Amino acid sequence: MSFYEDLVVGTVRELGEETFTAESIKAYARAYDPQPFHLDEEAGRRSHFGGLCASGLQVLAVSMKLTIAAQDRIEAEERARGKAVPPRGPSPGVEMVRWLKPVFAGDTLRFRTTLVDKRASASKPDWGIATWQMEAFNQKGEQALSYRGNVFVRRRAQAA
Amino acid sequence: MRFDGAMTQRAFEDFHPGDVFPLASVSVTADEIIAFAALYDPQPFHLDEEAGRASLLGGLAASGWHTLSIAMRLFADGVLNDSCSMGSPGLDRVSWRAPVRPGDVLTGTCTIREVRPSRSRPEMGFVLVSVALVNQNDQTTIEMVGPVMIGRRVAAVLEEPDTSLAAETGR
Repeated sequence: MSFYEDLVVGTVRELGEETFTAESIKAYARAYDPQPFHLDEEAGRRSHFGGLCASGLQVLAVSMKLTIAAQDRIEAEERARGKAVPPRGPSPGVEMVRWLKPVFAGDTLRFRTTLVDKRASASKPDWGIATWQMEAFNQKGEQALSYRGNVFVRRRAQAA
Repeated sequence: MRFDGAMTQRAFEDFHPGDVFPLASVSVTADEIIAFAALYDPQPFHLDEEAGRASLLGGLAASGWHTLSIAMRLFADGVLNDSCSMGSPGLDRVSWRAPVRPGDVLTGTCTIREVRPSRSRPEMGFVLVSVALVNQNDQTTIEMVGPVMIGRRVAAVLEEPDTSLAAETGR
């Protein structure tokens, strides 16, 4: 990750793809979202979704996994070039989550995120807040997910 | 659409603004925090106590997506799986208010904020819920607010079909 001052609104990051297998859909659902259409093919077929589909929360968690993998790659490149890498900040929350299409077993989603806003933090003077718009598209090109996520980003030390 | 057991499950008609559903309590272990983070959010402050102390979180803390997943589980067990759930179009917001640490005991509450019949699908309506998890010190750790689609016991008579998502969710 960059320092707050280096973030450029409009930056787009392609985060890569994830295939949702029946096994991973059921494993997440057993632990965290045990609704029949996330647990069983036949129950999925009988539901209004028409097939076994992933919990929306699992789709969110996968977007985080790919975001972290991209950050790890970017930080490794920055360290290799001798740049200082700031500590990462947590997130105060996300907004406007839209599950636009069901994610069925076997679907592959491609994720990308766009920096849409940055601003100073009112409560933490050493930190700013960045807002990223996440989007995911399935193998037919249909958008399946969108949300806005906020994250604290370290500022450079201020000159005294 | 008909639901198996629709007469015994909670239907759209059974939810009212202001209804409060107490959910279960769960304790969170370091092993679970680290296992979830390794799968979905492998950042140092979710994987290691020492790295957590050096971070803004001040100690090993659960991924926010883990806390959200726990909230979902308590909501599913306490409300959704006894209801004619048809999924959700999204969440208005998720707020992470306080870190969740190993040994924390989280207790859930679901509050019904609004109910709105679907304008295009007579078999269902939208129930806007807030689900919050409070820790053993009475601090709210997470709140999620969003609509859930719940099947109706008796299908509505539609006046003016409008199938757009914006019209459906009112957002």
